[in-house]
Amino acid sequence: MKQVQTNLDRRSFLKASAMAGGGLMLSFSWMAGCTPAEQSSLEIPEEWFALNNYIKIGANGVVSLMSSNPEFGSGVKTSMPMILAEELDVNWKNVLVEQADFFPERYDRQFTGGSQGIRLAWKPLRKAGATARQMLKEAAAKSWGVPASEISTEKGTLIHKGSGKKAGYGEMASAAAAIPVPEEVSMKDIKDFSIISHSKKNVDGKKIVTGQPLFGIDYKVEGMLIATVIHPPFGMKIKSVDDSAVKSMPGVKEVLVIKTLESDYERNFFDTNAFNELVVVAGNSTWEVINAKKALKIEYEIAPEESFVMAGWGGKETVKVPSGLESSDGHRSKMAEMAKKNAKVLRRDGDPEGAFKKAVKVLERSYTAPYLAHNCMEPVNCFAHVTADKAELYGPIQAPEFIMRTLQARLGLPKEKINIRLARMGGGFGQRAYGHHMVEAAVISQRLNAPVKMVYTREEDMTNGIYRPTYTATYRAGLDENNNLIAFHVKGGGIPEHAVHADRFPAGAVDHYLAEGWEINSNISIGAFRAPGSNFIAGAEQSFLDEVAELAGKDPIEFRLELLDRALNNPVGKNNDYDAARYAGVLKLVREKSNWSDQQNSKGRGVAAYFCHNTYVAQVVDLRMEKNNPVVDKVIAAVDCGVVINPDAAANMGEGGIIDGIGNALFGEMTFVDGVPQKNNFHQYRMIRQKEAPTSIDVHFVSSEEDPTGLGEPLFPPVFAAVANALYSATGRRLYHQPFVNELKLSKTSL
Amino acid sequence: MEKISLNVNNKMVSVEVDPNTPVLWVLRDHLNLAGTKYGCGVAQCGACTIHLDGEATRSCILPVSSVGDKKITTIEGLSAQGDHPVQQAWLEHDVAQCGYCQAGQIMTAAAFLKKNPDPSDEEIVSAMNGNICRCATYMRIRQAIKTAAAAEK
Ligand code: FES
Ligand code: FES
Repeated sequence: MKQVQTNLDRRSFLKASAMAGGGLMLSFSWMAGCTPAEQSSLEIPEEWFALNNYIKIGANGVVSLMSSNPEFGSGVKTSMPMILAEELDVNWKNVLVEQADFFPERYDRQFTGGSQGIRLAWKPLRKAGATARQMLKEAAAKSWGVPASEISTEKGTLIHKGSGKKAGYGEMASAAAAIPVPEEVSMKDIKDFSIISHSKKNVDGKKIVTGQPLFGIDYKVEGMLIATVIHPPFGMKIKSVDDSAVKSMPGVKEVLVIKTLESDYERNFFDTNAFNELVVVAGNSTWEVINAKKALKIEYEIAPEESFVMAGWGGKETVKVPSGLESSDGHRSKMAEMAKKNAKVLRRDGDPEGAFKKAVKVLERSYTAPYLAHNCMEPVNCFAHVTADKAELYGPIQAPEFIMRTLQARLGLPKEKINIRLARMGGGFGQRAYGHHMVEAAVISQRLNAPVKMVYTREEDMTNGIYRPTYTATYRAGLDENNNLIAFHVKGGGIPEHAVHADRFPAGAVDHYLAEGWEINSNISIGAFRAPGSNFIAGAEQSFLDEVAELAGKDPIEFRLELLDRALNNPVGKNNDYDAARYAGVLKLVREKSNWSDQQNSKGRGVAAYFCHNTYVAQVVDLRMEKNNPVVDKVIAAVDCGVVINPDAAANMGEGGIIDGIGNALFGEMTFVDGVPQKNNFHQYRMIRQKEAPTSIDVHFVSSEEDPTGLGEPLFPPVFAAVANALYSATGRRLYHQPFVNELKLSKTSL
Repeated sequence: MEKISLNVNNKMVSVEVDPNTPVLWVLRDHLNLAGTKYGCGVAQCGACTIHLDGEATRSCILPVSSVGDKKITTIEGLSAQGDHPVQQAWLEHDVAQCGYCQAGQIMTAAAFLKKNPDPSDEEIVSAMNGNICRCATYMRIRQAIKTAAAAEK
């Protein structure tokens, strides 16, 4: 038991009275959004007693837990309530899970992204659960006339051993709701956990397999119009719209041009939108508006250079958007040119140039990767109903807090009058952090004075930007006569940003170290994509280290462990952004689990390790070439994310990240000609499918009592290198340019 | 606009739509059956898979006028209680991440297992190759199909 203060997050403990009626903007019954945690039928109580904003208990002992974060498939709607249930000490079978609306007065950080949900919710949710349990104990103590300290709990039952008295939580719920919030509560010991670290099924599982409407795109209200949008190529804007052929088409109500953000609006984080002016077709049904869209005649013209103020990591920034029509060929030559120029120094330890001069062996290699589209399976969409005095929105959004501010500014409504309801997202991967679609839907609804569901076609979704940037990095390594790494240099660039993380490994493990970065402006918009930056640089760095190990005549795992040993015992510099012992831990675990030292396994085998988003991952990929095609047989991963909340779901997330990584390493690519994305649907944009997925994946978790960290991103970045290194082992060829399928010159049809 | 009668999930329904409207949009927009999903609209992703007289069919390119008296089954009608062996296996293996593609995956798998109740691993992989899962739950999809096949034996 550990004592913790509760007073830090008072806002989580608004009392029951403030909750009555469900709050001002909760316009529909919350029951529609709640799901029993298990496939049992729970009797819904007539009255709930709220112990805090996360926990309600009915007189019959049924417990409702609020899931406050948006759900995009990483399982927070199950794992976060598991944390509450653990500390509350209830039977999971008696739990209902309810999806919260966006409600910052009640919930901390309703944001899904950066693999931070579990890490940041861990303490507040445990505290919320423990506090409610303490209030129940105090209620029982009062009613039984015994000290609260003598009362224990067991899965929803309060017990006083001395007198033999027992009561269900439900019996004490109403009294507990009136107990003042305790100043200090105790939390369970990790060894006593019976829900956390014990796999629980997805609480929405049954709704998913029976096709219940869960997603924004499934939403429908009486009288709702459907709208779809058309945007120009990059570098262009709308000149004129000829809707003469469209107006009379069946079901078409309106063709309009909307401006999403006002020109003088100071943009927030996540206010990226590729095209601020859109053509909108609105009508009665999706098919009718999609058809009408095809019949529109739109003329575009070159967009002038533009600049706007936007919130950035270091405060406000002026973002410059250049004029011109960009192509992938042009990007490549510009990047090659920039790579030769001086770049910004991000970190320098020792005397790198001196050390390179002294080095006996020097290796230099360059790596590149293309733009990537997110391609969430659910295309961009949002429902909005804006009237003169309020706005109701329902749709997929990872970052409601940010778009709330944008909506306030755009609609001229105070935030109390704007309700953002969080739909389950059909994928997010970073793209859904950018809430332009919510503003677009709201503006359309305002203009049409009607409830509207805006749906992008796949083609509009795939060509709408917010892409993963295109990157390059050149690495140099210098070895001394004993094959020790004495100098290391990374110079990375990208459009419009580089992916160098200067303080990450092997910084801290090499005496003479230099990291540099450069950037090129573009009018092709980019955004966060599963493990931003890391999703390129991990692959480049870990491929390069493999080659350096080979040059040094060392086993690639042993070579990394030597460096980590140095970083642990005698680190260079102070700001090294990793824990060398935990890093080494995953390498050792993957070595053991993959039988690495067994030479018979070594053909077609590659290893990589990376630390990002607070989680350590090492992976071994086994593949073979079959008729010049890579066939991935097995992937073994070792992961250190501290306490694993929901182990089976965690493994699922790991498998997904790994396969996604293999797919993007081999096939992922978006290209441009004169501002036009060259792929607009899945017949052109190759996604990994069943046939290319590995035969088996084993995800092993380091057993740990460290506070938990996230899993949505960390398993993704290192696979790129594990695949490249395995391909080298299988073919004798090093690959430097993603997607590898192009480099391997594989016939696309034979794969 | 044309009045068209359809047998959907064993019920006769009628809609008044453009006869070229794909069944996907008839289901989603006109019949309140949103379980069948839109992913690509060009028969490339499998999210919109339904059964047409038991055959797995891409509803996004199937004009409603071509259905005639063939029976449409959607994810909502696959079983009365959500307890089709494929659905149960999906729950057992906790397949879904975001869940968006899964109705299509389940419909493809259910039609496939009906024809091939005891499939090999390779047959499973081929049968499911047309269904994209962006979350990449492919391993669990395979395992769930094996479990469903074993359960039906
Ligand atoms: S929506 Fe029909 S196959 Fe993609
Ligand atoms: S579960 Fe997300 S697309 Fe398949």
